[in-house]
Amino acid sequence: MRKIVVVGYGPAAHRLVEALLERGFDGAITVIGEEPRPAYDRVALTSYLSGVAAEELSYPVPPGVVTRLNSRVTGIDRRARLVAVEGGEPEPYDVLVLATGSRPFVPPVPGAEHAHVYRTIGDLDAIRLAAKEATDGVVVGGGLLGLEAADALRGLGLRTHIVEMSPWLMPRQVDEGGGAVLKAHIEALGLSVHTGSGVQEVVTGHDGRVAGLRTPAGTLIEAQVVVFSAGIRPRDELARESGLALGERGGVVVDSAMRTSDPHVYAIGECAVRDGMVYGLVGPCFTMAEVAADRITGGGATFDGADLSTRLKLLGVEVAQFGAMEGALDVTYMDPVAGVYKKLFISDDAGTLLGGICVGDASPYGTLRPYVGKPLPAPPADLLFTGGGAQLDLPDDAQVCSCNNVSAGVVRSAITGQGCADVAGLKACTRAGTTCGSCVPMLRQLLEKAGVETGKGLCEHFEHSRAELFDIVRVRGIGTFSQLIAEHGQGRGCDVCKPAVASILASLHHGHVLEGENAALQDTNDHFLANIQKNGTYSVVPRIPGGEITPDKLIVIGEVARDFGLYTKITGGQRIDLFGARVDQLPQIWRRLVDAGFESGHAYGKALRTVKSCVGSTWCRYGVQDSVGLAIALELRYRGLRSPHKLKSAVSGCARECAEARSKDFGVIATEQGWNLYVGGNGGFKPRHADLFAADLTTEELVRTIDRFLMFYIRTADRLQRTSAWLESLDGGLGYLRSVIVDDALGICADLDAHMERHVAAYADEWRATLEDPDKLSRFVSFVNAPGVPDPSIVFETERDQIKPVVMS
Amino acid sequence: MTWVNVCGYATLLPERGVCALVDGEQVALFRTHDGVVHALGNRDPFSGAYVLSRGIVGTRKGEPTVASPLHKQVFSLVTGHCLDEPSVAVPVYRTRVDGGTVSVSVSV
Repeated sequence: MRKIVVVGYGPAAHRLVEALLERGFDGAITVIGEEPRPAYDRVALTSYLSGVAAEELSYPVPPGVVTRLNSRVTGIDRRARLVAVEGGEPEPYDVLVLATGSRPFVPPVPGAEHAHVYRTIGDLDAIRLAAKEATDGVVVGGGLLGLEAADALRGLGLRTHIVEMSPWLMPRQVDEGGGAVLKAHIEALGLSVHTGSGVQEVVTGHDGRVAGLRTPAGTLIEAQVVVFSAGIRPRDELARESGLALGERGGVVVDSAMRTSDPHVYAIGECAVRDGMVYGLVGPCFTMAEVAADRITGGGATFDGADLSTRLKLLGVEVAQFGAMEGALDVTYMDPVAGVYKKLFISDDAGTLLGGICVGDASPYGTLRPYVGKPLPAPPADLLFTGGGAQLDLPDDAQVCSCNNVSAGVVRSAITGQGCADVAGLKACTRAGTTCGSCVPMLRQLLEKAGVETGKGLCEHFEHSRAELFDIVRVRGIGTFSQLIAEHGQGRGCDVCKPAVASILASLHHGHVLEGENAALQDTNDHFLANIQKNGTYSVVPRIPGGEITPDKLIVIGEVARDFGLYTKITGGQRIDLFGARVDQLPQIWRRLVDAGFESGHAYGKALRTVKSCVGSTWCRYGVQDSVGLAIALELRYRGLRSPHKLKSAVSGCARECAEARSKDFGVIATEQGWNLYVGGNGGFKPRHADLFAADLTTEELVRTIDRFLMFYIRTADRLQRTSAWLESLDGGLGYLRSVIVDDALGICADLDAHMERHVAAYADEWRATLEDPDKLSRFVSFVNAPGVPDPSIVFETERDQIKPVVMS
Repeated sequence: MTWVNVCGYATLLPERGVCALVDGEQVALFRTHDGVVHALGNRDPFSGAYVLSRGIVGTRKGEPTVASPLHKQVFSLVTGHCLDEPSVAVPVYRTRVDGGTVSVSVSV
């Protein structure tokens, strides 16, 4: 069996392993990493300081892969094909892949040993610790990494300075004009920018602590935290010691197959040098990993340099650069008031797009980057103002996702050949849009161009999306489906739009779902307040908040099931499901349950289902909070809340997470200090772990945050879009969600809060209300002309002592 | 032709079905928005379950329809044909409304 050893466990190593497995590699894979954790997303590193746990950033270790963490490789014996590991067994290999990455460049100035660098989670922990006793911080380096570090210091509450050697910021991505606009943005945030300045020394006080940074001009910038973030150097020492060819300025030399001078050794990522270039962006590093994996598994892929285009948001400012940074002709648009600078470089005949720069508004980037080297698709001025919009027809070979090297042709064939019908499908199928996300608008455009409904028009009856219909109903105060379709739609609706509008009306008006003409909008489950099963019978689920139930109530459920001959099963949501009821039996079953103190569990509705809980601190010796009490309170607060899709929740009383809260739409995990809130989790067809949204909340803060999360989801999600897909479809993702429901960026929080209060106040049990209304009750018959006759098509046989449906074919 | 009275017209909710037992046949009755009463066989041919009367009533390109509540195939209330799979159809029965009473004929 062939054995691959990977030295270094960063994103490139992770992608290599994934790519090997995708290509069916069936040998052994061992990854040796220095850090105490598997590879993590360095692009999202700043989010670690704002509370996102290290595990959230980590890429999952693929099954079957052996990892040796906390392990330093000390040498390579290329003749014996052995890797020496400090303090451990040597690792034999058939193929060795060096993915050792880079180290931040630290200029050799006096005091440099007291400065920090910004690359690993360990570095961030050290910076956070130092910032606790500091008021000012300075970052050396005004490039992409430097500004990220500056953002981190600012996030830690420090007055922040940026020192950059070049005359303007981000000299690799923008020109002087763009740099000036960028500087204005950053200074407006309260940061101090010192361009055209180097570093003389890191100054320490009498106590040995860092006191500031002295520039060559003699200026002292007072700061207690100094971070060097001024470029990277490939980590090539293993290659050097083992005699592999190195580049003039370092880095392991590779050919277009990512092979080093030893055919058994590959190098990928930031430690590799190809044609004299070291690539520090994640996109090219992923491409190198794919090429190496392809070669190792017998393919013929090549790496011949990479697109260095970037689009990012640093300190809240959008910056993008694509293609060349010079051209025979250029067209510039500048608005100093709005802080927008856009420039296109074009060929001397004004026919070919060569490149472009955007600061403050990067919207043209997604559309224009694929046109680099191709004829201009529209007049330059139009492109700068609008980015050309959706009118452009991308050639098949145009690159849409530069992080994952996905062309327009590949996206198109995923749409037409593999049936991808939305952005989430394209992400899963092609990887496009999964790294930096800047091409997501482009994916949406390609879907639209291919004639795929991208959630805009609900169906043939409405040209509006669900979110738009929600606003129309809310703002115009529309009370019925008939009014809505007469004024804003056409025809008489269908099984797609009717339940969607029914849900919107229920969310806004809080009336009974069977009231008036609403009854005709409901899916059969909502119509009969029970879940239809394959033989046309229904199942009944009473609410058991938090999964807590008294023995007396358990006995009632058992008696009801026995008396009506129902099949009984315990659900995954800590409730009991009673199957096999005919429509005419439903009211009788509810009567018994309601009399015993039960109410509808809404198992049939696109609504809150359950809030599952572990037993919590009341009984559990590990529990730190009362998870059962909170779960019951949450379930009672949100019961009956109609939403675009079903909602599930759970509360765990400690970090052991027995309630599996991270697989829920909103999950809560107790901490010593309070509650951590996770959102957007999902089990089911496409599992997704929920994202940590906020940490150590008080119960009051937690409830307010969930209120807003749910209401914002209800208002803006597509029909049948679970919170996980909704969150992934939000431009700006979790950060945007935080800005809306924590920082109130849209000014809607008071409205969301009031909306939830109305829901809580208006809640009424739908079963009880139906039992009290003879008109509604009269519909619960099998036959309108023979109310007492049971449906003769419903037949059961017995299996494991319970009924089982027999469907006549 | 034999007409069987099944219910009062007012019993039928607009755009919602009921099921009637007529000469041993299960008949799904629907009152559309324009007031017309349609009748189809209640058996969903895809699942074999007798459930079509519990589907959502609507229109497709102007044609009145019902969607099976189990797997959402759409049937024309006029022809009984499945619009998603034209080779499949359910029986269509005649209806009439006389003096506020709805009658169905299941004989041909």
